[in-house]
Amino acid sequence: MKILTTPRMERCIGCHSCSLACARLVHKRLSWDTAGIRIRSSGGLSTGFEARLCMACDPAPCVMACPTGAYSQRKGGGVVVKKKLCIRCGACAKACPVDAIYLDTTGEPFVCIHCGRCVPYCPHDCLGHAEFSRGAATAGKEATDAGEVES
Amino acid sequence: MIREYFRVLMVDLSAGRSTITDIDGRNMVAGGSGLAALLFEKYGIPDKPWNEPGQPLIFAIGPLTGYFPLMSKTVCAFKSPYHDQFAESHAGGRSALSMRFADYDALVITGRAKSPSALIVGSRQIEIKDVHYLWGTDLYAAGKVLRRMLPGSGHRTILRIGPAGERQSPMACINADSYRHFGRLGGGAVMGSKNLKAIMIHGDSPFLLPEGKDYVKVFDKVYKDMTDTDMMSKYHNLGTPGNVRVMNDLKALPIRNLQATTDPATEGITGERFAEVALLRNAACAGCPVGCIHIGFVRERFREENRYIYRQISYDHELIFAVGSMLGVMDCFEVLKLIDVAEKMGLDVMSPGVALAWATEALAKGIITEKETLVPLAFGNAASYLTALQHMAYGTNEFYELLSQGTAKAAERYGGGDFACVLGQEMGGYATGETFFVSQALGLRHSHLDSGGYSYDQKPKGKNVEDAVKFMIKDEKGRVFLTSMVSCLFARGVYTDEVLGNCLKSVGYGTLADNMDTVAGEIQRLRWKLRVMTGYHPESVSIPKRFTEITTWKGQIDSVFLAALKDQYAMAIRGLAQPETAGSRAEK
Repeated sequence: MKILTTPRMERCIGCHSCSLACARLVHKRLSWDTAGIRIRSSGGLSTGFEARLCMACDPAPCVMACPTGAYSQRKGGGVVVKKKLCIRCGACAKACPVDAIYLDTTGEPFVCIHCGRCVPYCPHDCLGHAEFSRGAATAGKEATDAGEVES
Repeated sequence: MIREYFRVLMVDLSAGRSTITDIDGRNMVAGGSGLAALLFEKYGIPDKPWNEPGQPLIFAIGPLTGYFPLMSKTVCAFKSPYHDQFAESHAGGRSALSMRFADYDALVITGRAKSPSALIVGSRQIEIKDVHYLWGTDLYAAGKVLRRMLPGSGHRTILRIGPAGERQSPMACINADSYRHFGRLGGGAVMGSKNLKAIMIHGDSPFLLPEGKDYVKVFDKVYKDMTDTDMMSKYHNLGTPGNVRVMNDLKALPIRNLQATTDPATEGITGERFAEVALLRNAACAGCPVGCIHIGFVRERFREENRYIYRQISYDHELIFAVGSMLGVMDCFEVLKLIDVAEKMGLDVMSPGVALAWATEALAKGIITEKETLVPLAFGNAASYLTALQHMAYGTNEFYELLSQGTAKAAERYGGGDFACVLGQEMGGYATGETFFVSQALGLRHSHLDSGGYSYDQKPKGKNVEDAVKFMIKDEKGRVFLTSMVSCLFARGVYTDEVLGNCLKSVGYGTLADNMDTVAGEIQRLRWKLRVMTGYHPESVSIPKRFTEITTWKGQIDSVFLAALKDQYAMAIRGLAQPETAGSRAEK
């Protein structure tokens, strides 16, 4: 299954269009926080921007930490979310090694579901949505075609 | 958040207290420029000076901020130290979205903090923090410490002042997120007068989307128009610096204190030249996929052995004109160095650049001497200007202290008013002709963006005073509505009345959408009323002789037309500032 990646973040201009699109289209909110991808400046604007998003772990520590099964392992990495089961304990966010899960003030977690709906809103093509397998293959032609490696 | 009223955070720095007030008027003044004017009318003290602690410093966003692309600017209103009258200044960066997500339509700051302070605001946080140890620091040093002190990287705005603002210079800007500015008319001095080094707004609150499916559809249409069509390409390609060559070719680029309007040497500072050798990358205001911010670099060798530092500096047409062509500095890296030092000092770049151009000519003419200027100001001598800008920021001697109050004030004292390039304030980078000169000289913000006078000049029209005045009034009205939304004016090609109406309706502001023209008129009148109430006499504005001495692609400036246009526009402004009577309403 495809995952969301950020192969060309050096091009990011900090417009937050991706976050706003995710919040708007996936989570039905106006926000740059309640989104699966969030942009921050890295050490002041002069050093550019970084994206916070799910790295598609497999096995995912957040899934293992979730006590109710609201988060389950997604094929290809990442999580499948069943909001109904979530008790807002925040264990997922604590378990995430890259701080990719945002908890709002009520404790509701927001994470990337790798749907790729933010991708077309990036004006500089920073984002990718592609099949991904860790290991040697990522450096090959297949990965280049998928947008994982700059050719 | 969609609401029929305005949610306003009021901060009293003297008392160290805040309160949140709901203020009616969404369907009358919309937001942004309109809201800022409404708040100034409510809280401003017209007959007290600008630095009276009770005077408000106002920041306002609009009904569409954050909901649509390029609705990414904030309007700042205050009583200006430049002319002690009502003033507006605009900036982007992350200021607008941060305010949106902190859930305030406006922020009103009154009072004076006991010690140098930073105001920290979020949806669940309001704090006035003592930062006396930052007083005296330049803008870069202050930024580094503030970023470390405050939460919300990427989702916050940091508005701050440098030494010029602390000293309350009318040429001090408020810097927004390093690369954008509430540049003109001295907002930085107002912060300084309030002992306020920085304002940090953390946008940390999400909202539910408007009901129905319209919003997402309308968003997609607008987003496509902003990004897929060529309409915006001039802004993200070369950016505004693309104007340097265009203006030079038109014989409309102010050069060496407007002694010339074209010069082949300007090839060294065109947008094309910057892009070729100095452009490092682009950046955007939050909520804007266009990304017009152009960031260049300078590197400085600080030791004999190869030891360098480098800095990143944003550049635009107005800055290149002010410290480039206007000062005869025709090398893009020298221009960036001058912008850099002005930034560091927290100076607006345009006003000091134009002021130093006057000082250079005044020195050459013997009106002033090096005793005043301290350095040998000469067109093209970038090293002198580098030092002079710092003198401007610190007001090192009586001359620089006076010059930083405004070129006209220095000329009043020393002479040389004929060649002071002042149109209400130091001129913008367009010597396109009579309509632009009148538009900036009399315009509410004394900005080239008050109305499209520069574009009217470029249209093949006859010299019809009535037609030109009508154009300026009508164009201003349209722009005022946009700056009440608060849209970046670069998006004015996309945000037609029809599109704006659709946007407003899609988020639930149907009443406002149905009354856009009336509301625009009300806002336009309210702003002029406030300007006049605080002491503005449009009839008494003069346009210095230098503006009539130039030649553009259209030939010599027509002094008679210029004078007639100025008088008629002043009368029109006076009319707008009058309270509307029932009779005049019925006539319409």
